[in-house]
Amino acid sequence: MEEDNHQDGEAQEVKISDSQPESIPPADILLGNHECPEPVEGNHSTADDRNQSVDSQPSHVGAEESGLDADVPPHLGAKLEPEETKDSDCLNNMSTHLDGTETEVRVTDNDQSDSGEFVVTMLAKAKLEEQGIGVKGRPSPLLEAGIQESPSFKSQRDEDVTTDSWRQHRKHVFVLSEAGKPIYSRYGSEEALSSTMGVMMALVSFVQSGDNLIRSVYSEEHTVVFLQKGPLVLVCVSSSRQSEQQLLGELLYVYYQIISMLTQASISRIFEHKKNYDLRRLLAGSEKILDGLLNLVDSDPSFLLAAVHCLPLASSLRDSLSQILQKAITPNLVFSILIAKNQLLTIVQEKTVIEDARLEPADVHLLLNLIGASSAFQAGEIWTPICLPLFNPDCYFYAYISYLDPPECTVCLLLLSTDKEAFYAVAECKRKIEEAMLTQNSLSLIAKAQLYSVNQVGVSDLRHFMYKPFDVPDNYRQLTQFTSPEMEAPYSNEEEKMRLLDLYRYMHSRIHSTSRPLKLIYHVAEKETLLAWVTSKFELYTCFSPLVTKTCAITAITKLLRWIKKEEDRLFIRYPPKYSTTPNPSKSSKSSKSEQQDSTDNGYLSPL
Amino acid sequence: RGLFIIRVFLLFLMGETLPRVPGGVPVRTLRVKMVLLGSSGVGKSSLAVRFSKDQFRDSSPTVGCAYLTRVLYLEDITLRFEIWDTAGQEKYHSVTPLYYRGAHAALVVYDICKKETFVRAQVWLRELEKQYIPGSTVVWLIGNKEDLSQNREVSLQEGQNLAQEKGLSFTETSALSGDRVNELLLAVGKSSSHDAPVQTGRLSDNLSLSNGVPQGSDSGPTFGP
Ligand SMILES: Nc1nc2c(ncn2[C@@H]2O[C@H](COP(=O)(O)OP(=O)(O)O)[C@@H](O)[C@H]2O)c(=O)[nH]1
Ligand SMILES: [Mg+2]
Repeated sequence: MEEDNHQDGEAQEVKISDSQPESIPPADILLGNHECPEPVEGNHSTADDRNQSVDSQPSHVGAEESGLDADVPPHLGAKLEPEETKDSDCLNNMSTHLDGTETEVRVTDNDQSDSGEFVVTMLAKAKLEEQGIGVKGRPSPLLEAGIQESPSFKSQRDEDVTTDSWRQHRKHVFVLSEAGKPIYSRYGSEEALSSTMGVMMALVSFVQSGDNLIRSVYSEEHTVVFLQKGPLVLVCVSSSRQSEQQLLGELLYVYYQIISMLTQASISRIFEHKKNYDLRRLLAGSEKILDGLLNLVDSDPSFLLAAVHCLPLASSLRDSLSQILQKAITPNLVFSILIAKNQLLTIVQEKTVIEDARLEPADVHLLLNLIGASSAFQAGEIWTPICLPLFNPDCYFYAYISYLDPPECTVCLLLLSTDKEAFYAVAECKRKIEEAMLTQNSLSLIAKAQLYSVNQVGVSDLRHFMYKPFDVPDNYRQLTQFTSPEMEAPYSNEEEKMRLLDLYRYMHSRIHSTSRPLKLIYHVAEKETLLAWVTSKFELYTCFSPLVTKTCAITAITKLLRWIKKEEDRLFIRYPPKYSTTPNPSKSSKSSKSEQQDSTDNGYLSPL
Repeated sequence: RGLFIIRVFLLFLMGETLPRVPGGVPVRTLRVKMVLLGSSGVGKSSLAVRFSKDQFRDSSPTVGCAYLTRVLYLEDITLRFEIWDTAGQEKYHSVTPLYYRGAHAALVVYDICKKETFVRAQVWLRELEKQYIPGSTVVWLIGNKEDLSQNREVSLQEGQNLAQEKGLSFTETSALSGDRVNELLLAVGKSSSHDAPVQTGRLSDNLSLSNGVPQGSDSGPTFGP
């Protein structure tokens, strides 16, 4: 039977871990190099970064799972003895340590037993101080006139931080600089919160001074997770009961989104110049993008699974769309991406620039969020610098974004170039694509595409699932994807959707637990039964009606896996084509060089 | 003369849905590149959408540069407006040369209800003088949100004075109501047509007009490493 790893105890408990979170940026970043390095190098940084979010510990199969082979073929025998949790509300069980009076603090490499107490006092203090200083939507004196966001964009920023409703948000996210300057707060204006942020920073530096890096604080109701990346400190205060790993992963997405707008190199450079620089100056107007990201993170399992979801589409149609993209190219174009209803239709990439590299799911998520976050995109053609932090955190691509079906604006074309001057050439590619899609009647075909219903699988009792293959055939080293049916009744309203996602998050945290990862979990919850299973070939989460028997569930999964196999051409992007656009490959590096100069000369010091 | 103007306006209001002149008589096509500048929130994007689609939508903050077009078929000339709108933020700095280069008209916008945007407009004007725009560019000062004139912080006179002092064209507009937006667009087209590049095209081919060629790449002397 499942037992929680966290020990119960009255006293405050300090957990010690040896892992050293990365806090020093790689050398090439410090040099402020804006050039696109070779693809191989780009991938190095990827690997480093991913180690933070993806837990790389070898999984050991617990006693309960001993009957399981990681590579059992899809037809599971009856000998299978999945772990079973009978408790009706496992979420509560999982986090009993959060509900007591106990507070648990985890720091790395710690020998100060009193730091936990300190942390709690500081946080409590922060809460008190806030009550005195909440100011409603006051413009920051630190922002230059004219650069600050307009009041009409404030929405969540207007919130009074002294109210209970502010405190009761499920998940707060704060970003601050090492000097303790507020950069972003999900709810309420940053400056109204500056004293809280200051306290958090005091906390971080206190723990740092003892050669420790603070990682998380558990208190009644809340988990507080810290992530330091270069000169930025990200803090999540969550009552969502997600695992520390998951919350860290989400903070990492926030960090990446900031990088995608400014690049890691320029952020390092700015703070080297001026330790107490107010980064909001550069992020002004982009809060909505971060807000949008956090909303997506909460509501879209793509982030949890670190995989992208593509719109199911007849493979012949997907192929023809890819071919259209493949034919509309221009020098320095590196990615052509077609999106419908915020999901991928197809991605075509340049051959040589990124020979072995692939687009990381996180980079795709950031791009999709960028598109979703600004309705301004619907007004015209957009040309904007954007960094793909996992591909290369220090260099910009130039994104061309345009909708192909105005005024509905559901089908979006995204073209990425390495040349900041290429707007007109890239816009011309769009016209070619538009023309070809017109002749092939693609738009009306795309309009018919939609998510599938779980009923199509033909397994009664199966309500929903998420399937992430590790090796879509012929798709090796391609984008990591997952497939999932529409959330239908009883998960059709927002609340129930969220509840199912929370259950999935719980299953995911168990599967990926750093202390005790599991291969298979059979979990009987109050209103449904869930089964999560990870093998070397896939990761699968299923949700059944509560009355399903274990044998039934196992048969159902066998059927489901067969169905997915049969449908995989439709469910996944299977043969992503490539094109070659580099008659003069030197050009792209040249243009990034001149760009580097531009930004050194006039970058953040410019008066604009 | 008066009749002609009315005619032009009728043509204008009917915009792109206008039935084409029979026979595809060759007409001059003028490409007019205009850029919008000014503090965030003054209504640049709203003006751009108004110019391009004659609509008003509550917009989100602009990401990077937005490129919109509008084609006007006038009696003897077709005006193809290329409207560039940007958030004007430092983080988009790398795309500003593309933005400014070869602009025929620069519209510096402020919000008549916010004094600080008017002050800021003067910083934008200095910036324009300093580096970006070639001498031939017609610079406009635009006081937007004229529909909110009960909350006005910048008087009409102040706007006019500044424009006069700097030798700029001036008008107040409302992107919300559309007031004086069409007139502004026509005036921009007219004032820019002296040195705008003239292309010969047919009335019927507005899609294939040569937007593939960035014009006057030599006219922005201050860019480059
Ligand atoms: N009342 C009024 N509001 C406007 C007008 N133009 C823009 N706005 C509003 O002002 C806000 C900022 O507009 P936007 O076009 O995004 O400004 P930008 O940052 O300069 O692009 C939005 O909420 C618009 O709806 C106008 O003429 N009148
Ligand atoms: Mg705007």
